[in-house]
Amino acid sequence: MSVSWQTLADALSLGGIYALMAVGIGLVFGVLRLVNFAYGQLIMAGAYAVAYASVWGWPSWAGILLCFAVVLALSVLMDRIVFRPLRTHSPAVMLVATFAIAFLMQSIAVLAFGQLGTIASSMGPLNQPWDVGGVEIRKIAIVSVVVAAICLALLQLLLTRTSVGLHMRAASMDFRTARMLGVRANRVIGGAVLISGLLAAVSAVMLTARNPQVTPIFGLDDTIIVLAGVVLGGLTRPIPATLGGFTIGFASGILGGALPTNQSQYLPTFLFAAVILVLLVRPNGLFARAGAGAERL
Amino acid sequence: MKKLHELIAPVALVLGTALLGLVVSSALQTYFLDTLIKVAIVVALYVFIGNSGVLSFGHISFVALGVWTAGVLTVPTAERAAIMPGLAGFLRHATAGNVQSLFLAAFAGLVFAFVAGLPLMRLSGLAAGIATFGVLEIVNNVLRYYDKIGPGLNAFSSVPETTGIWQATIGALVCVVVAFAYQRSRFGRQLRATREDPAAASAAGISIYRQRLLAFAVSGALAGLAGGLYVHLLPVEIDSLYLDVTFITLAMLVVGGSGSLLGAVVGALAIGGLDSFLSASENGVDLFGWHLNLPTGTAELTVGVVMAVILIVRPSGITGGRELSLAWMRR
Repeated sequence: MSVSWQTLADALSLGGIYALMAVGIGLVFGVLRLVNFAYGQLIMAGAYAVAYASVWGWPSWAGILLCFAVVLALSVLMDRIVFRPLRTHSPAVMLVATFAIAFLMQSIAVLAFGQLGTIASSMGPLNQPWDVGGVEIRKIAIVSVVVAAICLALLQLLLTRTSVGLHMRAASMDFRTARMLGVRANRVIGGAVLISGLLAAVSAVMLTARNPQVTPIFGLDDTIIVLAGVVLGGLTRPIPATLGGFTIGFASGILGGALPTNQSQYLPTFLFAAVILVLLVRPNGLFARAGAGAERL
Repeated sequence: MKKLHELIAPVALVLGTALLGLVVSSALQTYFLDTLIKVAIVVALYVFIGNSGVLSFGHISFVALGVWTAGVLTVPTAERAAIMPGLAGFLRHATAGNVQSLFLAAFAGLVFAFVAGLPLMRLSGLAAGIATFGVLEIVNNVLRYYDKIGPGLNAFSSVPETTGIWQATIGALVCVVVAFAYQRSRFGRQLRATREDPAAASAAGISIYRQRLLAFAVSGALAGLAGGLYVHLLPVEIDSLYLDVTFITLAMLVVGGSGSLLGAVVGALAIGGLDSFLSASENGVDLFGWHLNLPTGTAELTVGVVMAVILIVRPSGITGGRELSLAWMRR
């Protein structure tokens, strides 16, 4: 089992993208105690925006802008129509409601865009290899590591240095007490949903660059792996969630490169067996503080 | 057994569906059979999720295992080499009759759920959800690619199509009655107590782990049975028993009301009926003199909208998680 530099760079970039998705899912979970299963469909919608912008011949920056607009609009809509009325209900009901939304968005995509998918060719140049000291590395690998690092640093600043961030962290520790101390529920949840949407849009752009074939199930597999990663890391706080997302992205990148071709189809088996094993040893998450209360679902 | 009258409504609904299925044309009957199997699956889900309050995403893997068991054993040996060329060992020759294969499917579900539950039932909350999801991923992944034990990506063709209206109805009824007997037994009551208040239940001497494990195994057996019925209905591809079925069956349970057996049956029939009707309409159907022909994809779209609306308007499900009891009717 030997790991090439290319595999390593690819695994790093996948880890970076998954870390962004993980923190996007984790932020909403923090304030709403809601696992948003429709996150993958948000990314799918963003990817379609990029793909159609490139079909219409828009420049790539316009495509990226359209992607942000679509994903943010859908996030806010989801918050207003689904999360808000269901906020006080059990986590199981909210989770299944996000299933329904995911199902719905996917069938809309099938009806509107067809099963076969569309190619986002405007992101093509990012897929070209770059020669770094004799090793060929895809540009997108480097770009996504850098973008992920910048986004995470900005997010950390927001969470620790601004009052919105402080409110968000307070709300994710104890929502009721935070409200009594003057934290506005709608504003905090709206903020978390918005940031989570921004992260989804960024992930959508980078995933489209990695894989320009946009289909109605685009991003679904990634979201499932990220969800496992988020729980693996520890869901209630942003940093463990991010680390969990990065770990699982990195691990699946390395495993995907290192497994012999006749076994690479069993990648999910290896990955999820590892996830189950880790959860059995540390049910609250790999990076969670000891003694953190388990979530009831 | 007290409160036996609570069994009336779910059984009547299943029988009513079966009667409707008897009078329609044979082309439409398939939809009724499919819905009856959905009832069996959702009732299996209910036995664990409804009574324990813990979500499981792994049950469709027990269904898949039932499909595999009944499927592999009933493909005629002469055709096995053509359908499953990679098959190894005793699987090349072992055979089972129709009813026998259904029992074996249920048994496979029971054993696998018990073994998987041994470690997994120690988890709760989201960790349990993701771990059961991992079981689904692994079973799906292995059955899909490991062609030494089955057809891999191909369908289980040539399986005798013995699941008619009788077997489907009896299968769904068996699931309903087993679920009812379990929920009224001391084990079911103990598990429901752990759902309502884990701390108090533990203090009263109930082992949460054991009760959950028992329910997991029972519901695994019912799910396996449903899988056996399914593979005898039509040539199933293992790959089709994955995310979509997991979501739709979970949604059926929650939409019906996950707290009661009646809710499981109502949810499966309501969503299953709607989905069947719209899918049939996509192929064109004559209804009261109108010819209905909907574009492909309408079924998923409408079902998604209906599920979302019901959850938003009535989050505790259509039945509100209650059984239909005599006292309720008198009120």
